[in-house]
Amino acid sequence: MKLAVCINHVPDTAAKITLAQDGKNIDKTGVTFVLNPYDEYAIEECLRLKEKNTGEVIAISLGGDSHKETLRKALAMGVDKAVLLKDDSPRDSFAVARALADYLKGISADIIFFGKQSVDSDNAAVGTMVAEMLGLPSVSVVVKLEIADGMVTAEREIEGGKEKVQTRLPAVFSAQKGLNEPRYPSLKGIMSAKSKPIEEVVPSPSQVKAEVLIMRKPPSKNAGKIVGTDVSAVPELVRLLHEEAKVI
Amino acid sequence: MKILALAEQRDNKLKKSAFEVVRTARTIADQTGGEVIALVIGDHVQAIAGELGGYGAAKILAVEQPKLGKYSATAYAKIIAETAKKEQTDILLLPATAMGRDSAPRVAVKLDAGLASDCIALKVDNGTIIATRPVYAGKALSEIKINSAVKVFTLRPNVFPAGTSNGSAAKVEVLDIPLAESDFASLVIETAQASGKVDVAEADIIVSGGRGMKGPENFTIIENLAGVLGGAVGASRAVVDAGWRPHNEQVGQTGKTVSPSLYIAVAISGAIQHLAGMSSSKYIVAINKDKDAPIFQIADYGIVADALDIVPALTLEMKKLLGK
Repeated sequence: MKLAVCINHVPDTAAKITLAQDGKNIDKTGVTFVLNPYDEYAIEECLRLKEKNTGEVIAISLGGDSHKETLRKALAMGVDKAVLLKDDSPRDSFAVARALADYLKGISADIIFFGKQSVDSDNAAVGTMVAEMLGLPSVSVVVKLEIADGMVTAEREIEGGKEKVQTRLPAVFSAQKGLNEPRYPSLKGIMSAKSKPIEEVVPSPSQVKAEVLIMRKPPSKNAGKIVGTDVSAVPELVRLLHEEAKVI
Repeated sequence: MKILALAEQRDNKLKKSAFEVVRTARTIADQTGGEVIALVIGDHVQAIAGELGGYGAAKILAVEQPKLGKYSATAYAKIIAETAKKEQTDILLLPATAMGRDSAPRVAVKLDAGLASDCIALKVDNGTIIATRPVYAGKALSEIKINSAVKVFTLRPNVFPAGTSNGSAAKVEVLDIPLAESDFASLVIETAQASGKVDVAEADIIVSGGRGMKGPENFTIIENLAGVLGGAVGASRAVVDAGWRPHNEQVGQTGKTVSPSLYIAVAISGAIQHLAGMSSSKYIVAINKDKDAPIFQIADYGIVADALDIVPALTLEMKKLLGK
């Protein structure tokens, strides 16, 4: 079984975000970048599928040299091969998907995994776009996956519940938190990841269709009123919500 | 400018987001002099689609067949894209729901269109739509202009006003989009939904609990308050990671980003990744015994006290007010 997992290198969720001079990007100074949290579930699921069925897991990341750090983490977790699609020009979801689809077309994977979204741009679009570009079925926001004889039953999260989706391999999936419990890289894994090669491929340039005009901070909220410090404050809080805020 | 608005239904009932999407399409069309075409996909949906006329759809299309009663990513995307081509619409609005966020990327690829997901505002500037969307879970906002001929936007539920119906019902035209077996490459075979439960992503009121609740058993008081208010229960990452609450309730950067009218943060200190996910709520109430908790920095109203004392009293007081 050939498995591909597409991963991203993003600011840590605990990072404070400030804006760059150009007003279109974030200021990366002092920001810690990590493997996108949802991609950890995607890697873990691929590793488990490989362990069950034998095969190979290839991790792919589109970006500059800094993405090698995240690819090394994937290698440390146990993926067999890492590929950097080396290009750090600005891209929208469509252009990212195009570069990934171009590469994936050449490797004919049975399963292509993504995290359900990258916690930077939060579009949650690339995985499904890649599926469409490759003419493959897809299931997004997957919390449970069962595969038998090429038939897939996947559970995806929807508003207030779950839906069970049936499809066939080859297919594209995106992982939601809860799909599994990602492993920590072993010391041996970390050591051997250091010396493993990372293949570099230069993707063809792609046009940006959704252009960022500006990026700004959301309007800041100010600290409001402390209504009280014990139960006696409750009636006043209810009055404020009812009469002042008018939300009740 | 011709706008195609996808009105989502579930179990043959139009979702609230359907009215929001159609109304938003109308608002844009009013500024650009365009036409609004609403599309409903499902099984026997012609009867429920007419209502959209009152929200500003001049033309309503229904694509129906028994197999479309359940969601199929590939079939739905084909229908939406084919309809857009047939009707020559250049703007497509979809809800940023589980269904909309799954089909919009496919539709965008089929139409060679740029996509802006989960938008919280659309404005028209010199005839061009500029979309505002949160990035980094709301720690920043991006303004997006789409340069392709066809443009696709998904709209975050509960943010765009649906308004009220003006009572006019439009005629619903059944549109035939031929589908082959292969168009149903993936198909929903079963849906499990907790009945009567409001999802955090769609709720107008959210009561969230954090680690200060001390244990999963204490969440009953949160559930009771949410129940009285007709709202949803939310949770911080800490309590989800501890296994006290399911992940679908998590609010924040690795959970859901929400903008309800009222967000009540109970025993939540306010880690940066949590604040990112809820600070765009219209009103925020914080109940926490630590007066220095960061949550108070963004709360409109706060009570500095033990949540386990305050919440039951608050539930009682709300019951009184609401006559429950």
